[in-house]
Amino acid sequence: MRRSARNIVATLGLLALSGCNAVVFNPSGDIAIRQRDEIIIATVLMLIIILPVMGLTIYFAWRYRESNKDADYDPDWHHSTSLELVIWAAPLLIIIFLGAVTWTGTHLLDPYRPLDRIDAARPGPPSEAPIDVQVVALDWKWLFIYPQYGVASLNEMAAPVDRPIRFSITAQNVMNSFFVPAIAGQIYAMPGMQTTLYAVANKRGDYQGFSANLSGLGFSGMTFTFHATSPADFDKWIAKARAGKTHLTRAEYLKLEAPSEAVPVTYFGAAEDGLFTAVVNRCVRPGQTCIRTMMTRQGTGDGATQKTKQETGTGN
Amino acid sequence: MKLPFADETYSPIFGRLSLQSLPLHETIVVVTFIAVAIGGVVVVGAITYFRLWGTLWRDWFTSVDHKKIGIMYFVLAFIMLIRGFSDAIMMRAQQALSVGPGHYGYLPPDHFNQVFSAHGVIMIFFVAMPMVVGLMNVVVPLQIGARDVAFPYLNNASFWLTTAGVVITMLSLFIGNYSRAGWLAMPPLSEFKQSPDVGVDYFIWGLQVAGVGTLLSGINFVVTIIKMRAPGMTMMKMPVFVWTAFCTNILIVAAFPVLTAVLALLALDRVAGMHFFTNDGGGDMMMYVNLIWIWGHPEVYILILPAFGVFSEVVATFSAKRLFGYTSMVYATIVITILAYLVWLHHFFTMGAGADVNSFFAITTMIISIPTGAKIFNWLFTMYRGRIRYELPMMWTLAFMLTFVIGGMTGVMLAVPPADFVLHNSLFLVAHFHNVIIGGVLFGMFAGITYWWPKALGFRLDRKWGVRSFWLWVVGFYIAFMPLYVLGFMGVTRRLQHISNPAARPWFEIAAFGAFLIALGIACMLIQFYVSIRDRERLRDTTGDPWNGRTLEWSTASPAPAYNFAFTPVVHEVDAWHDMKNRGYVRPEAGFNAIHMPKNTATGVVIGALGTVFGFAMVWQIWWLVILSGLALFATVITHSFNYDRSFHIPAEEVTRTEEDRSRLLASAGIPA
Repeated sequence: MRRSARNIVATLGLLALSGCNAVVFNPSGDIAIRQRDEIIIATVLMLIIILPVMGLTIYFAWRYRESNKDADYDPDWHHSTSLELVIWAAPLLIIIFLGAVTWTGTHLLDPYRPLDRIDAARPGPPSEAPIDVQVVALDWKWLFIYPQYGVASLNEMAAPVDRPIRFSITAQNVMNSFFVPAIAGQIYAMPGMQTTLYAVANKRGDYQGFSANLSGLGFSGMTFTFHATSPADFDKWIAKARAGKTHLTRAEYLKLEAPSEAVPVTYFGAAEDGLFTAVVNRCVRPGQTCIRTMMTRQGTGDGATQKTKQETGTGN
Repeated sequence: MKLPFADETYSPIFGRLSLQSLPLHETIVVVTFIAVAIGGVVVVGAITYFRLWGTLWRDWFTSVDHKKIGIMYFVLAFIMLIRGFSDAIMMRAQQALSVGPGHYGYLPPDHFNQVFSAHGVIMIFFVAMPMVVGLMNVVVPLQIGARDVAFPYLNNASFWLTTAGVVITMLSLFIGNYSRAGWLAMPPLSEFKQSPDVGVDYFIWGLQVAGVGTLLSGINFVVTIIKMRAPGMTMMKMPVFVWTAFCTNILIVAAFPVLTAVLALLALDRVAGMHFFTNDGGGDMMMYVNLIWIWGHPEVYILILPAFGVFSEVVATFSAKRLFGYTSMVYATIVITILAYLVWLHHFFTMGAGADVNSFFAITTMIISIPTGAKIFNWLFTMYRGRIRYELPMMWTLAFMLTFVIGGMTGVMLAVPPADFVLHNSLFLVAHFHNVIIGGVLFGMFAGITYWWPKALGFRLDRKWGVRSFWLWVVGFYIAFMPLYVLGFMGVTRRLQHISNPAARPWFEIAAFGAFLIALGIACMLIQFYVSIRDRERLRDTTGDPWNGRTLEWSTASPAPAYNFAFTPVVHEVDAWHDMKNRGYVRPEAGFNAIHMPKNTATGVVIGALGTVFGFAMVWQIWWLVILSGLALFATVITHSFNYDRSFHIPAEEVTRTEEDRSRLLASAGIPA
């Protein structure tokens, strides 16, 4: 009996621990940390009003029960201007505060906004230029292209700590949501559109990333590892990727596009220039018209003269 | 792109339907089918054996009596609650069994994705909506002192169109499959290219047919409330439930056409190869997301406002006190109605619309919490200096007040865009909307059911089983959904068939146990209904006013006679019946006149049946049947509009007889007439 009680206590303790260690409360990137702080500020602001309401509900429910004849009974009391003023003003004040916090937080933590600091200890715009990572959500795997290094990887990515990362995100077939909770909040990955996310990892480690938006049968398995490494280890990772025998050409991309699940981590020693732009503009396949030239073509009525090598699929 | 009917397997007679469409390889489905078939045979056999077909047809199916239509909505809602809850418990079991490497549960993604899509659709459209519309049907005409709704035949047709939507959706269980694209079927996943089978078509046509019913019902209630109030009942003397019903129906009338339009566009994409929301050809999926939430967010308030109305009635009655702040309650409801249209983008802050747009929608969302907070305070101060009786409706109300504030708080957390970026689409979100829909809408409907059951059926509900159900539901809710908040903080996203993080397992197991408690809560509620019907003589309400009520519905008999009120009441005060009792109202016992009433009609049943056939034919693209049933539907509606023989008079003698019966009942209960 006592042992089972102890077991229960131990389990509860473990549960509480796993809850408090939850990634949202204990992230490893400055953006995610500031997003957590917004959650905490909002919660505390609301508790100012919610706890008294819950307390009063229980107190009134007990105090004015029918059997308690000592409590006052005033069946016709139904209006009090001053009380109603308080009722409307109290939540209004909270919302004014919360609204101000929200307005600034939304602008400061806008995923499109370049980082204004590396972390709380290092304010001011970072000196290093961001690493570009182009992300494509495929059915059902993640493709990462590093244009500055000319390499690409599947279902795994890496970035050095304390260096800003600029993610450019799109999808091939289905809407997904790119999310590495330890580093930063999510943003949708949508076919034919590009979203941007600025983030930074501040602590070394291997973090899980995944899709946070239902994308079909292989959705649950659409996970990848985000390696936050030292600069030296990042160079090693890039070298490992460079050693990848397959090269990410348009033809290779079209093979990847076919739905598949549980695809092992793959490195591409080279990635074709302009592939990501072609994916966003839906013109990887030879002969497809790129979205961004579509309007001009319709406007001039003559598509052929508008074509450039970059803007249409050339299918090499 | 290849269109479905260009396929070589397409048959001009059966469309896309073939023997392969039957899911004979799915054991779970086959077993379910056998169970449903046996159950169906038993029910049909019992109805035949007890010779109930005649009375069912005459007194219920073809009835235009708003009270009976309301009761039929509830029967429908409870049948679908069992279906939707079966989906829920399957999901909870799957997720509890599918955490960490080596554990993959028992439902493959193909099936699991249908289960959560069906769960969402059924719970919102075929449980919550029928309950809300059913309650408005039973209560609104009685509260405003009317004999029926403005368009009784349309009301009956609305019910049967809703039922048609249910039938179409349920058919997907046994013929073909249901959508795997979530409850809102977001493109491009729901486009033909990604979902070529009939699942999404079942989703579209089930909702299209039911949606027409809901829209017609919305028009009906707006007109009823504007035009049919008893003399003296100005807008600011309407009961709060009527106010909330009025705002809800305005929301329905303005929002449901958007749903119909957006689903029609999706259907055109799928069937006619158009490009509204496709990836290529100039389509834009975010247009769908915007449009569906322009309907979807007001829908949330369509569900919750009537529940707020119920709580307002219940808290005043059981505190034996006038509602605190009636005027501010009404304005709070109106403000919520308007703001409901200005917040839809908070469902997809993560689309990347930019900080200005996100801030705008974040702040409008937060502003909604001000009138909602005012409402909570109003209920609180109604209890203050009251004499609170803990009957079941009041217990549900208290459970609501304590639970809903938590859901409101997590809702505002989600409304802060930087917070939403980490909480969006997670189980935190799932916990939040179950927190407000179960803790708000469902608890409200349960309060409403126990409160008005005597008025609709003439006897109270058994308290013992009701209390058991109450505690199982409330405790079960907390055990089932609080772990989901934690899981959301652990970064577990929604709709996962398999969860890779092993630390999540205990939380999923606790949640599954909570779902099991809720199952017992539902069982106790069904037993409560059974016991109450069996012991109806013991529980009989002879007074017509079992709770010492304050509004007009309690002034007439329980169950209310077909004509509701022998004489149309005249209203002087907000709580009209309370006012009448205070002034020493004397019930008239003679001088009754014949009462003009609408006649029953079978047209609604026919429209519902044809709507089912039409929807089914659209799903399977059986074009000849689409045309045939479409024309028949059109012809039925036109023909009925030429039927001028729609009303009759209840003779004065019959009214006198009914009222004399009531006088005897009242006398036997020791109440002077």
